Amino acid sequence: MMDDVGHTDSFVIAGRTFSSRLIVGTGKYASHEETVAAVRESGADMVTVAVRRVDLDASKQESLLAHLSPDEFFLLPNTAGCYSADEAIRYARLGRAAGLSDWVKLEVIGDQETLLPDVEGLLEATRVLVAEGFTVLPYTSDDLITALKLEDAGAVAVMPLASPIGSGLGLLNPVNIRILKNRLGVPVIVDAGVGTASDACLTMEQGVDGILMNTALAAADDPIRMARAMRLAVHAGREAWLAGRMPRREWAVPSSPNAGMLA
Amino acid sequence: MHIDVNGKAREVETGLSVAGLLSELDLDGRLVVVELNRQIVRHTERSEMLLRAGDRIEIVHFVGGG
Repeated sequence: MMDDVGHTDSFVIAGRTFSSRLIVGTGKYASHEETVAAVRESGADMVTVAVRRVDLDASKQESLLAHLSPDEFFLLPNTAGCYSADEAIRYARLGRAAGLSDWVKLEVIGDQETLLPDVEGLLEATRVLVAEGFTVLPYTSDDLITALKLEDAGAVAVMPLASPIGSGLGLLNPVNIRILKNRLGVPVIVDAGVGTASDACLTMEQGVDGILMNTALAAADDPIRMARAMRLAVHAGREAWLAGRMPRREWAVPSSPNAGMLA
Repeated sequence: MHIDVNGKAREVETGLSVAGLLSELDLDGRLVVVELNRQIVRHTERSEMLLRAGDRIEIVHFVGGG
């Protein structure tokens, strides 16, 4: 991708190039219309969706696909709400059977209170799905060893959390995220926990490849405006990372010359 | 005959196909995925695949999610 100052800064996952480093979810919006407006304003070209039963009692419900065109956005089905490898594998297969792609955002949740990942189940599901030809993007903890095992199992990106899903607590452990980024060959996409623009900017300043968020947009008073803020923040954080920040010092250094002061 | 669709009992005619069930439910077949007794039914198989008493069918689609 060519940015607004003419630099090339491609974001490639599994050979596919994305124009935005911001990936957004589509849950918890007030309406399909608001979802689409926020997604468009975010600039994201990859969008996550969930697989659920059709509600047969509801009167003629409109499919999300009728609003989010697979021609406009790359839809990434998730396995949210799955608490075992087997369940996540089942949901991944259902998502793929929709016929859009073989990509899956893999979640195996270990605890209802924190929604923290069950990394053992996650590894097991990753191995099975990779063997079945899936392109797997696992949502994981910020633990390096798990991330390395996921990469070794064939994950095309690793998606550590900033803080628990839907918490809006921001980036709790920037050190762990930097360690992951330094050690992994596949893209690192921070997924979950970002609450506002400064969180997104700070996260990108750690050098990660992208951010996936949902609630920060959907639960804002004005989701569309927050989508714009996040687009700008992700871009600003990426630019700052590429620019290379100045060193931190615990003493002052004057910005104006010492020479030329009046006697 | 009795079948189970998305966790609810349903009475349908013997010999109904998966495609027939979707049209009975007024669903756009292009936007849903069907699982019959834990096996995914491919779009191309829906017309020939006939339902039997006791079958458990799941009909899913994409909804908003993170």
